[in-house]
Amino acid sequence: MLIELKDVNKTYQGAQPLHVLKGINLAIDRGEFVSIMGSSGSGKSTLLNILGILDNYDSGEYRIDGKLIWDLSETKAAEYRNKMIGFIFQSYNLIGFKTAVENVELPLFYQGVSRHKRHEMAMEYLDKLGLAQWAGHYPNEMSGGQKQRVAIARALITKPDIILADEPTGALDSKTSVEIMDLLKELNEKDKMTIIVVTHESGVANYTNRIIHIRDGVIGQIEENSRHDAAAFGSENGMLK
Amino acid sequence: MKFDIDRLKEIIDTLARNRSRTLLTGFGIFWGIFMLLLMLGAGDGLKAILNKNFEGFTSNAVIVGAAPTSKPYGGFKRDRQWEMDLSDIAAIKALVKEAGIVTPMYSDWRSEVSFGGRSYSANLKGLDYEYSKVETPEMIYGRWLNEVDCQQERKVCVLGKRVWENIFPDGDDPCGKYLKIRDMQYQIIGVDARNSSININGSSTEAVVTPAPLMDKLLQKGGKFEIMCFTVKEGAESQVMQEKVKSILARRHTIDPADKHAIMVVDTKKIFSIVDNLFKGVNILVLLVGLGTLLAGAIGVSNIMMVTVKERTTEIGIRRAIGATPNMILSQIITESVGLTVIAGMLGILVSVGLLGLVGKIVSMNPEIGPVSFQIGFWTALGVLSLLAVLGILAGLAPAIRAMNIKPVDAMREE
Repeated sequence: MLIELKDVNKTYQGAQPLHVLKGINLAIDRGEFVSIMGSSGSGKSTLLNILGILDNYDSGEYRIDGKLIWDLSETKAAEYRNKMIGFIFQSYNLIGFKTAVENVELPLFYQGVSRHKRHEMAMEYLDKLGLAQWAGHYPNEMSGGQKQRVAIARALITKPDIILADEPTGALDSKTSVEIMDLLKELNEKDKMTIIVVTHESGVANYTNRIIHIRDGVIGQIEENSRHDAAAFGSENGMLK
Repeated sequence: MKFDIDRLKEIIDTLARNRSRTLLTGFGIFWGIFMLLLMLGAGDGLKAILNKNFEGFTSNAVIVGAAPTSKPYGGFKRDRQWEMDLSDIAAIKALVKEAGIVTPMYSDWRSEVSFGGRSYSANLKGLDYEYSKVETPEMIYGRWLNEVDCQQERKVCVLGKRVWENIFPDGDDPCGKYLKIRDMQYQIIGVDARNSSININGSSTEAVVTPAPLMDKLLQKGGKFEIMCFTVKEGAESQVMQEKVKSILARRHTIDPADKHAIMVVDTKKIFSIVDNLFKGVNILVLLVGLGTLLAGAIGVSNIMMVTVKERTTEIGIRRAIGATPNMILSQIITESVGLTVIAGMLGILVSVGLLGLVGKIVSMNPEIGPVSFQIGFWTALGVLSLLAVLGILAGLAPAIRAMNIKPVDAMREE
């Protein structure tokens, strides 16, 4: 198993402690295309943060490829994130004053890859996503779909074990959403990339092969969706836009 | 983490993002450095100009003059004009071991001197050859008095610059020619161009110097004179010597030892140390003001970096999410701060050095002053540069620590 969670708990301390994750057990294999679905407040964002080593959990066990993710130093966490995880965010999270190619290069910059090599690889990935001619453009000169594809290139460039996509179509229109989901699907099928999509849209979840429902901090139903008939894009209860 | 083109580009990118803010912040540092160096350079330049005035005058000379007494003593009334004589010199030489050279100065104000139909009212001075150790002559022609001139009482003279200019307006070499002083012919042996602000008994430019024994005889001074010049021996206390000389003179000339006015004493060391202390004070003031301005600039940088970090929370969060370690973020913010500080500071150094050079050139054009450097020293510049780097690091530290503590999750929450 690539990802294993055993009885993971997370409480946000505050004036009123909030028990967000109440014993999550989950296993995801290499090459899977999975979605985690839940409404806001269900704990899916917290789960995503833990999966992405962006946040700590209080008890339980989380392993990536057998490595226990527990009590890591910030430096170690940064290294794991850099090498094992590629992030795709709802709001793209590109750096505004860097060009597309510079944004894609950034993870390699933090790995200490040489400038020339880095640039070459970034161009290769941009080309793969059909954005070669946009390499020198700044994010604010691109459409939402293009920006998200730059972000996907940035996520892919370190050849991570897992792609974590947080509402990847949340800011896109339905046509572009379809393009992006098709792209993720293709990455999963062709490159055998493990992709976890966090969403509250059943239309998005429907693209994935397994849908994990999370509700009030516990895993509810796990739906096998190899036939992709859960809910189509644009259907009544699919798009929540 | 090594410093390379990538880091440089990062710094330039971020600094260029908010140009006017960067410029204004940098200006604080620029101004601090500029003012500091300008004031330091100006202080040095002024000191050099002042020192030029003292040039050629030994810093350990003591000049003693005879003035009217201010107290009645030993049967004499007050306001008695007394004179020193050659036996005083012998006594002082014998009794005061701290004294180096002891030499008389005869003078005769407004002596008419003439040559070839031109005349000038000069200040005739009778000096011993040893006097050149008190006031170093700057000969442009010929030589100064020597031992033989004095021993043999040769009728020779050395002209001061202005005397020479007036009598030889064509700027000829006057050596060997005979100058008429009080109906007597003196052979000119040299021209002394010394032009200093420290003068004893009238400006040396207005003087015609003859051997002291000769003048004593020809003007029938009877071994009496009003001014005596000393040097203090190496390692001896000037103050001790002065007291001894005073008491000897008081005893020999029946002057009340408590009379503060009868024996005038000028200690050049005191004058030099006053100037030295003055400039030490000026330098301390300059450093205080300059460093204060610089510190204000650095605080400005720190402030702006703080704001920048807050603005860039999302960006820093993204960087952390895609693999930047806290140390990378820390060093990035610090290099930005150091970069801004050092670049602005170097500009300040450049501009102030340029301006000081220009001022030096303009001031040097004044013939009264001559070549003077207003420039700051190389080590001062180097010291200021390292100070800048340290200030940059300090200014960046608080914002960098703040940036380092930004968690990637915070960035995402920010939206």
